[in-house]
Amino acid sequence: MNHAEEPILLLAHAERHKLRRAIDAISIEYEPLPSVHSMEESERRSTIIWGTDNTFKSYLVEKGDADAVWKDAAHIVEGEYFTGAQEQLYIENNGVIATFDPENGVTVWGSLQCPYYVHKALMALCGLSEDKVRVVQMETGGAFGGKEEYPSMIAGHAALLAIKSGRPVKIIYDRMEDMAATTKRHPSRTRHRTAVSKDGKILGGEIEFAIDGGAYTTLSSVVLSRGTIHAGGPYYWPSVRIRTKALATNTPPHGAFRGFGAPQSLFAMERHMDRIAQVVGISPVEIRRRNFLKPGQTTTTQQVIREEINLNHLLDRALELSDYAAKKTRFAEENKDGTRKKGIGIAAFLHGAGFTGSGERYLNSLVGVEAGADGNVRVLVSSAEFGQGTNTVLCQIAAEALGLPYENVSIAQPDTTVVPNSGPTVASRTAMIVGKLLQSAAKGIKETLTKTGFLGNDFTPEQFRAACREYIAAHETLKSYARYEAPGDVYWDDEKYRGEAYAAFAWAVYVAEVTVDLPTYAVTVDDFVALQEVGKVLHPVLAEGQITGGVAQAIGFALYEKVVWQDGRMINNQMTNYIMPTSVDVPPIRVFFEELGNVHGAHGAKGIGELAMDGPAPAIVNAVEDAIGVRFHSIPLLPEDLFEALRPAPLEQDAPSLTRGTA
Amino acid sequence: MRADPAEYKFVSPGNLQAVLSLLASEPAQWLPIAGGTDVMVLYSAGKLPNRKLINILNIPELRQIEVFPDSVRIGAACTYTALRKHDNVSREFPLLATAASWTGGIANQNRGTLGGNIANASPAADSLPALLVYDAEVTLISARGARRVAYRNFHSGYKQTALAADELIRDISLPRRFSEYLSHARKVGARNAQAISKVCLAALGQIANGAIRDVRLALGSVAPVPLRLNETERALTGKKIEPPLIDTARKSVVKEIRPIDDIRSTARYRAAVAGNLVAEFLEKLAAAGANA
Repeated sequence: MNHAEEPILLLAHAERHKLRRAIDAISIEYEPLPSVHSMEESERRSTIIWGTDNTFKSYLVEKGDADAVWKDAAHIVEGEYFTGAQEQLYIENNGVIATFDPENGVTVWGSLQCPYYVHKALMALCGLSEDKVRVVQMETGGAFGGKEEYPSMIAGHAALLAIKSGRPVKIIYDRMEDMAATTKRHPSRTRHRTAVSKDGKILGGEIEFAIDGGAYTTLSSVVLSRGTIHAGGPYYWPSVRIRTKALATNTPPHGAFRGFGAPQSLFAMERHMDRIAQVVGISPVEIRRRNFLKPGQTTTTQQVIREEINLNHLLDRALELSDYAAKKTRFAEENKDGTRKKGIGIAAFLHGAGFTGSGERYLNSLVGVEAGADGNVRVLVSSAEFGQGTNTVLCQIAAEALGLPYENVSIAQPDTTVVPNSGPTVASRTAMIVGKLLQSAAKGIKETLTKTGFLGNDFTPEQFRAACREYIAAHETLKSYARYEAPGDVYWDDEKYRGEAYAAFAWAVYVAEVTVDLPTYAVTVDDFVALQEVGKVLHPVLAEGQITGGVAQAIGFALYEKVVWQDGRMINNQMTNYIMPTSVDVPPIRVFFEELGNVHGAHGAKGIGELAMDGPAPAIVNAVEDAIGVRFHSIPLLPEDLFEALRPAPLEQDAPSLTRGTA
Repeated sequence: MRADPAEYKFVSPGNLQAVLSLLASEPAQWLPIAGGTDVMVLYSAGKLPNRKLINILNIPELRQIEVFPDSVRIGAACTYTALRKHDNVSREFPLLATAASWTGGIANQNRGTLGGNIANASPAADSLPALLVYDAEVTLISARGARRVAYRNFHSGYKQTALAADELIRDISLPRRFSEYLSHARKVGARNAQAISKVCLAALGQIANGAIRDVRLALGSVAPVPLRLNETERALTGKKIEPPLIDTARKSVVKEIRPIDDIRSTARYRAAVAGNLVAEFLEKLAAAGANA
């Protein structure tokens, strides 16, 4: 066993209450082996629990000559930043039902994000062919990444029990099991060492990013990849070296959670930018302004920014919407008295949409559209609805592409016997990548009907219906598929980790306003402005909902949600003691969009699902520092942490930054 | 749900005498259950040791709030919602009504009862400090008869109470002599709603001739039992509220409480915040005194 929640025995009973007695009747003898419960222990390697070096995966990104930058630096700014594990806390816990019969094989119905991941896992586990495994995604009560990989585990358990018992088997985790055993956000540590010019320009630097992968590889290498590529933030680095690694520890494996590594490394980057500003002696606004990526410049992986993004404009607008300048002045004045100190902080960031690098090419997604004799159209994708509005947006895209009313379009339940593999529902890829393929597939229906002479170029829904009826009478079915084709100009080198990391980035500037209540050391977020450029907004209400929900979840990440570990187990695995913010803890979240468009997405859309998770935590911690002048490097930032930093005993200050040159 | 319902027995006699005789005939066998907001959490986690449950939510005598000239008598099975909605309670005992509004969510408040909160005896219970500063008295009843116990003597240690195995709490009586006091309540939880307190304060005070005539302070979550701060009160009574006195109060609070480190917070944090909350109250009291 490599972690305390690892399944070693499967038991089922026709009456679930009786199962407890079966469990009581079994005794398991354990022989304890040395174990590792922190990243620091893991990298010391005195106990090896994985491979030869406790490392699941490492990446090295190099741009320019990162060793040559130090001699010209006016300032060298160092910092170390930490983020904690976070539980997804979807409303519905993980759960599946499995059946087996020798003729049809295994069928699983479940609460899940990626039907074809489960399908693949079950084929391997049960030794069954493709057509003997069927996976159906049921209406799913939230996921946030927490149902990307774990359903394959629990589906495997249910399938094995169904095969063994010959009966249907249902496994639904209760909240305590779900919190203890399923995947969470990877804890992280980021170290920055940055060479900065006298006037606050980043000359180059080194970034070390490490995540705690838990006891098995699972998705850690992919999470690490996204964290690596986002580590430099939306800034221009003339040269940089980014070293990253995913370490093994004896906790349940960490996994996918909205943002997927980016919220971790961006927290560090955006806290570090405020630190650089202090050392240089300019404002948090100015330091960002002087370093923003501009069109034509390259990212840390040397991807050329081709779109006409103007981050200074985005910043100006966010400052205006949040009344930043006036508040900054007012708070400085008001904070002289009283026990409630106010602060305001910003974070600028980006989020790459779709799979990283060559990922979309490997996925090779296929999307289908089917028209019936009644003229109604059905979308065939494996993309799953779990509250984010996928079904609505995909139907909307198909309706738009065919020029039909929305009511004439429906979407098939994701069932591997019905829908093609359009890839997993992850990585902010559905509206953009799957949506774009869907647009092509839908147009294919129209083309088939026009080319065969059943339909003219302009048509009414009635004419479309008649054309479908006639075509199907002649040809039985009317379906159209579109497969992913990598854009010709996309270059990615998996070895050197260099090139076009993402087909498109979404960009954002967020502003958080906080109050620190000194008698209780509590931070509350009073106001929040979330401004982003996400290409074309396909559905304003759903898009705003995505951002609002992401910000609320990130407020939890920043200020409330702390997994308490003891020997690799979560011991506060109850909603009473693992604190997520309620509606009274979340301020009005004011959401604004800019729309630049995007050639790679449906109707110019970019990914939106994860972006909002990236920025709030650093903006909030930056605001806390603005309010009370104390630097914090670690989230979650709880009242107890503020108390320890503020109590009268002398504070441990971090090492002063080296300042040299003429400054 | 981790418990097997078949292993539990639940009865609902519906009248007080029947409940008391069952408690008397099989003492310590039956666990009285009203709203179930504590009991069912344990049950659901498979951790409820008692196998026999007796319903007391449907006993009319336990559900009344009666107003007498000198006191308000609250039936033990009155819910937090009933407390919040009751005119006299919310007007004359705002600390109790406020604490009721802090407890759980609306659903918990519709089910949870004041008697249950007392009997469950959690030191983190929000309504108990209010009962301490209001000089509450509880009536305990059994087949043997009724007796009255000052609430300040009810809790004898962590989760230990004056209740005998065959006894029920019948009512909680509050003397009607605090409406002229300045009252102050503050709860510090891990979030602003639906949180278990890290520290909570119920405070009453009166200023006469620029000095503290009477002060009553009680804290939750800082000791094995809900704690009345007798020493601190003594140190404050008769004094004028000035910065040195506030410092004295802060130090006295820290000396008087016995907070612990647990899954929700640290002893050090609780001690500092307890002192801060009392200081905050004294400043408010001084300001009210100055305006009087």
